[in-house]
Amino acid sequence: MSRLLVCPPDFFGIEYEINPWMRLSNRVDHERAVSQWRTLMEIFDQNLGVVLERMPPIPGLPDLVFTANAGLVVGRTAVVSHFRHPERQREEAHVERWFRRQGYDVMTVQTGLHFEGAGDLLGLSDTWFGGYRQRSDIGVYPILSEHFHREIIPLELIDNRFYHLDTCFCPLSGGELLYFPEAFDRYGRQAIAERIPDQLRFAVPEAEALTFACNAVCVGKHVVLPAGCPTTQTWLRARGYASHTAQLDEFMKSGGSAKCLTLALD
Amino acid sequence: MDQHQERVCLQGHIIDSLMLAKVLDLIVMMGGTFDLEDVHIGKTREEPSRARIVIRATSYSLLNDILKAIQPHGALVEGEADCRSDRAPADGLLPDDFYATTHLPTQIRLNGRWLDVDRIEMDLAIVVDEQGLAARAVPMGEVGRGDRVIVGRAGVRVIPLQRPQERDVFGFMESHVSSERPHGHVIADIAARMRRLRAQYQQEQPGSKVLLAGGPAIIHAGGREALTWLIEQGFIQVLFCGNALAAHDMEADLYGTSLGYGLTAGRAVPHGHEHHLRTINRIRTIGSIQAAVTSGVITQGIMAACVRQEVSVVIAGTIRDDGPLPGVITDSVEAQSAMRAMIPGVGLALLVASTLHAIATGNLLPATIPTVCVDVNPSVPTKLADRGSFQAVGLVMDAASFLTELARVLGRQA
Repeated sequence: MSRLLVCPPDFFGIEYEINPWMRLSNRVDHERAVSQWRTLMEIFDQNLGVVLERMPPIPGLPDLVFTANAGLVVGRTAVVSHFRHPERQREEAHVERWFRRQGYDVMTVQTGLHFEGAGDLLGLSDTWFGGYRQRSDIGVYPILSEHFHREIIPLELIDNRFYHLDTCFCPLSGGELLYFPEAFDRYGRQAIAERIPDQLRFAVPEAEALTFACNAVCVGKHVVLPAGCPTTQTWLRARGYASHTAQLDEFMKSGGSAKCLTLALD
Repeated sequence: MDQHQERVCLQGHIIDSLMLAKVLDLIVMMGGTFDLEDVHIGKTREEPSRARIVIRATSYSLLNDILKAIQPHGALVEGEADCRSDRAPADGLLPDDFYATTHLPTQIRLNGRWLDVDRIEMDLAIVVDEQGLAARAVPMGEVGRGDRVIVGRAGVRVIPLQRPQERDVFGFMESHVSSERPHGHVIADIAARMRRLRAQYQQEQPGSKVLLAGGPAIIHAGGREALTWLIEQGFIQVLFCGNALAAHDMEADLYGTSLGYGLTAGRAVPHGHEHHLRTINRIRTIGSIQAAVTSGVITQGIMAACVRQEVSVVIAGTIRDDGPLPGVITDSVEAQSAMRAMIPGVGLALLVASTLHAIATGNLLPATIPTVCVDVNPSVPTKLADRGSFQAVGLVMDAASFLTELARVLGRQA
């Protein structure tokens, strides 16, 4: 059974601008955000039978709701993120405390290196892919690779609208990949192509990529993704996946969607 | 030297991610060059790979731009320390542990910046100016009390020679000495370079002078006319020789002999052994070689051509010299300094038929100057290489044949 870490959006809002999606003038409809989040949770909880672990929200930490960026969990080890922006660095101590209380072995990356958790590091069978340049520093990947004995292929993110790897790259349980090729340079695209055969790769069309089709959560043969991605859903169906959509436009005001709102614990 | 470099390290899964390719492409695209050192490729997918890359650029700011561009891709500059210096305790004395130079391009790191060492030459010390803005290779004897001398090896780096663009005999910059190798193409390459350097010299470009260091065998063997022609045609700008070459050259003009041998008859002339002494005495009477030529006493030959073409001549004396001729520098340290002063601006060195002058000149030349050593005795180019002038191309042949063939290729009518 899958377990996901989530954080209720009690204090979610736009209090600063740290990515091109965020506009202080673009106010979040709080009630609507809470309702969208609850609907998403219902899909996980009731439709997919996922166990949801709730991290208590904290006033003044509006982005704590995006738990994917809190860290990376591998077995009983939690690597706590070190955010690039000071606005989100305030989340670090809170996240670390939560993992310690839950009995995880907490690991932090070397000072001076930024790492934004499962937002930038995603696994596909034996290989992990690490996004860098926008948020995480490439220097963390050799450290994590050595610690977890995994190959980590760094991928440069070249479009700041896709500032975390999980906004443009989504590995699925059957070895398939949803991705937006234009978010990577030719080296990245070639490295991806060498690891994932053509027929398993789906290049999400730009309009759906901008709706964050790739910010999807895959649980077994189920994929939860934001509403408004019909082409992606058709492809998923053809590959034997059941897709579940959720309206998450309040969270898109902050540049986050389904995947950003969860962190895989097991 | 127009070369700035830094060593960086790249590690992780740099092969399959094409990170190494990306970094190397970036370096080249931005106008730098690189050498890959110590590439270690992981044996399994999990095992990381590692590469050390030496990046070179033609300016300090380009190097910095390249470093700035590749650092986000994980390239880490390897830590380097500044060089250390100590004061010279007295004139002509170096501090203990002074750094002894090679003749390869050398840089020192001062206040975090790499600085070229000017006038590099083998077996010298490095002196830095008080402001720490310039560094120069200085011979032991010329160091002054209190000079800031580099000590130890930290913060000093020697830059290997770049393979030159030209694909000629100098392309490999390593001495091959063999009497069995054909000479034709070597001489053709030297001629091509001399032709190019003459054109550059006429346009007053730096590093376009040709230096010839020669021994008296040039005269004895019959190479005088060819060398005279080369000088008259403007192919040679600097001449290093001894008392003998100058004396026998002028003896040939006055008496038609070289060391008493009739140059055309090819046999000893009665009382011919006196000719060089009488020549020396004549020039000493006149006061200088220059005056002997301008007054019309000496009309033909190497020295006359040098005076007329305003070639810089350094005549270094030895303990067996007769006379010597006026202008011969008999203090060998002084002679060495005079020769050293002529090296800047030289773009090709021909060391012909003189063990002594070939090795003395070889010691003064930076490795970046293409050098040819011509001697009928293979041990001379070998000895030159053994003493460190590995860049010299060795040519085992008689001086007269070499100069005659070189002049012919350059257009002299036989």
